[in-house]
Amino acid sequence: MTARERIAGNVAGYVDDRTGAAKWMKKNLTKVFPDHWSFLLGEICLYSFVILLLSGTFLTFWFDPSQREVIYEGSYEPLSGLKMSAAYASTLDISFEVRGGLLMRQIHHWAALIFMVGIVVHLLRVYFTGAFRKPREFNWIIGVGLLTLGIVEGFLGYSLPDDLLSGTGIRIAEAIIQALPLVGSYIAFFAFGGAFPGEAFIPRIYTVHVLLLPGIFLALITVHLMLVWYQKHTQFPGPGRTEKNVVGYPLMPVYMAKAGGFFFIVFGVTAFLGAVASINPIWLYGPYTPGQISAGSQPDWYMGWLDGLVRMAPPIETHAFGHTISWNILIPGLILPGIMFTGLALYPFIESWATGDKREHHLLDRPRNTPNRTAIGAMALTFTIVSLLNGGNDIIATTFHLTINQMMWFSRIGVLVLPPLAFIITKRLCLSLQRADRDLVLHGRETGRLVRMPSGEFVEVHEPISPEKAWLLTSHEQLAPLELPELDGAGVRRPGALKNKLRNRISRATATAVPKATETERRELEGHH
Amino acid sequence: MSNEVELIKDPGLPAHVHRRADTDPKAAARAEQQVAILFVLSAIGTLLLIYSYIFIKDDKFIFIPVLGNTNLHQLGLGMGMAIALFCIGAGLIHWAKTLMPDEEVIAHRHEFRSEDEDREEFVKTVKAGASAAGLGRRPLIKRTLGAALGLSALTPLLLLRDLGPLPKDDLTKTSWKKGTRLVTDPGDRPIRPEDLEVGAVAQTLPELAEGEERTLNNIGKDAVLLIRLRPEEFNLDAERLSWTHEGIIAFSKICSHMGCAVALYEQQTKHLLCPCHQSTFDVTRAAKVIFGPAARPLPQLNITVDEEGYLVAGAPFTEPVGPSFWERSS
Repeated sequence: MTARERIAGNVAGYVDDRTGAAKWMKKNLTKVFPDHWSFLLGEICLYSFVILLLSGTFLTFWFDPSQREVIYEGSYEPLSGLKMSAAYASTLDISFEVRGGLLMRQIHHWAALIFMVGIVVHLLRVYFTGAFRKPREFNWIIGVGLLTLGIVEGFLGYSLPDDLLSGTGIRIAEAIIQALPLVGSYIAFFAFGGAFPGEAFIPRIYTVHVLLLPGIFLALITVHLMLVWYQKHTQFPGPGRTEKNVVGYPLMPVYMAKAGGFFFIVFGVTAFLGAVASINPIWLYGPYTPGQISAGSQPDWYMGWLDGLVRMAPPIETHAFGHTISWNILIPGLILPGIMFTGLALYPFIESWATGDKREHHLLDRPRNTPNRTAIGAMALTFTIVSLLNGGNDIIATTFHLTINQMMWFSRIGVLVLPPLAFIITKRLCLSLQRADRDLVLHGRETGRLVRMPSGEFVEVHEPISPEKAWLLTSHEQLAPLELPELDGAGVRRPGALKNKLRNRISRATATAVPKATETERRELEGHH
Repeated sequence: MSNEVELIKDPGLPAHVHRRADTDPKAAARAEQQVAILFVLSAIGTLLLIYSYIFIKDDKFIFIPVLGNTNLHQLGLGMGMAIALFCIGAGLIHWAKTLMPDEEVIAHRHEFRSEDEDREEFVKTVKAGASAAGLGRRPLIKRTLGAALGLSALTPLLLLRDLGPLPKDDLTKTSWKKGTRLVTDPGDRPIRPEDLEVGAVAQTLPELAEGEERTLNNIGKDAVLLIRLRPEEFNLDAERLSWTHEGIIAFSKICSHMGCAVALYEQQTKHLLCPCHQSTFDVTRAAKVIFGPAARPLPQLNITVDEEGYLVAGAPFTEPVGPSFWERSS
């Protein structure tokens, strides 16, 4: 036994004497994780969150979250002598006086964007592969919560510097609050400590941004990861992979090295972006004043789809009995996002209701094998992308020499027409891919080799695919649609018949599939040749 | 059964294929070297960071293709940090991929559902616990506890009350009064009609009384745009026309949609455009909304001139400025 081994043994013994952790540690250090590039997406979110905590803490050492008016006397000449808030002035100081301050600001902002992209792409991966199914519904809901809080946290973060662009964003947020029926003006006055903009808002959102929300994030992320750990990671289908096993590499040492290394890579890439790609150059915007604005005002991308919805809303307000309801703000700003996020959170339950499938699932679906789910995802994605495009309609219009009006009408019509179209096309596409899979299994791979038969006929030689590939293409389950009773034995409509009818219909749509190839069919075909 | 369909079978986990470093000691030594080189590169990155921090002045710029004129201090710090971190990561992953075992391991899963017996025991335990507490048998405790908990939830709401004052008439009133002079922003100079040429736009605010400070709250409600057209270009009713002065018309600059500054004026079409959501207002028709999500015209300010010939408000705004709110009556 070498000295090093003896020390390691002593440390392990010391810890185990006090915690009894040896058994647990032994089991968990060899825990198996399946390998796939798309499983790194969630890791990117985790690591950028750590980067956000580190860079954010650095920024708090100099940032002064105050709307007290000061005269700028720093080294950035164009703003010299201007009146501005202490928040804006201290952000300028971080950018120009603190060595590495600008780098940290840019790393912080880039990490926030990567965090949000990571969450969205991770969500898409989980959605399209069906990883949210039983037993992982809780984790799905936590994920939706993290997405929602991430949007809020990001918005509050870029609002802190109190520059002209972010101040305009706060103005819009205030208008949304103010539009709430009954309580709107009161909540707005409480939030801002009086009329807009007041001097209370930045200090308040600072506390929320650096303390309250990060705390909630930390708690939710911990539970999210503990559940992944406890429930074991899902895996893609393939030879040797079943609902009852996990095929992959042990945590120690392979995953520790890979995951640890990946953290440094994410941090390195973020630092690279912070070094070379300027982001949110607040000194160009100037300090906030409600009377001014710059053309091309844009929120960060994760707010952009909301702004796009607001832009395309029809100009409808109700004035009745001495009161005003701004549908042009409430519908795009609160009601539609509310419906979308609620639908997103409840999706696992809706799907299992529609399919009647209440079993555990640990093998992921290939998106083509669940055409309805994939099509619904494509539909939601199309809706969001059209909204996001409209959020940049002014930039797109000037870049491509269109008029704002053309862009707006494209979005207004597109947001209604394109999502259903995306649904239909995606569903057809999935079924076609299923058909292609079936052909591949039954007829083999096209080799491109032409052979002339003695009769003069030309045929292309097909090669059978490998047993592994054939298994991959046929291992999925094809559920039969539900057949819930709509009539009772005597032919009379049962109570709840309408609900059953609806469920049957949805279930039939969900179960639409091209029958997968079977060994029997393969053999029959061989017999013919 | 003869007609039962036979499915394609799982061929099982494919045989493991060894990497070169597993079988060839030379390849393994090469991989080790590559990992070491990556770690050395990382160290060089950190040295670059230290060098940039201490020796490169923060006002030194160099020209770099694609990036343009770049601050060398900032670039050195960032690139040093990026190289240092990235190479540690790349080294670790290369190490894991080439030298650590890559044989796939199979672990087993178990259904999460507990044994029926355990589930029953669990329900029993909960029931026993609840009956021991006796909540069901003691409705008085249950009801008073419910009421107490419900009431205590009011505490945070109450304590948050002092976050801000009540709105009162703050959303409906601005600083504009009959006779308030319009002054330029910035500059605070009073304006005569002849200062504005036809086609010109001016951003104005109400003149401050002696010793009064202008706050952002005031600007957020009081900002007014002056636009001068030829009088015959107006398409207004008699009352609104009387609110203009020699072709000069005044509107609240705060968008009636969500309160952004309506700052873009297109001289040719005489349209005002809000850059936030592209609500477009026709100046000749009292800022009627002709496009976009805004539902109301920009409030028009009645203007005239005082005895010294300076532009003044003829009357306060007749409606609240800025975005809508529940208590707004029109």
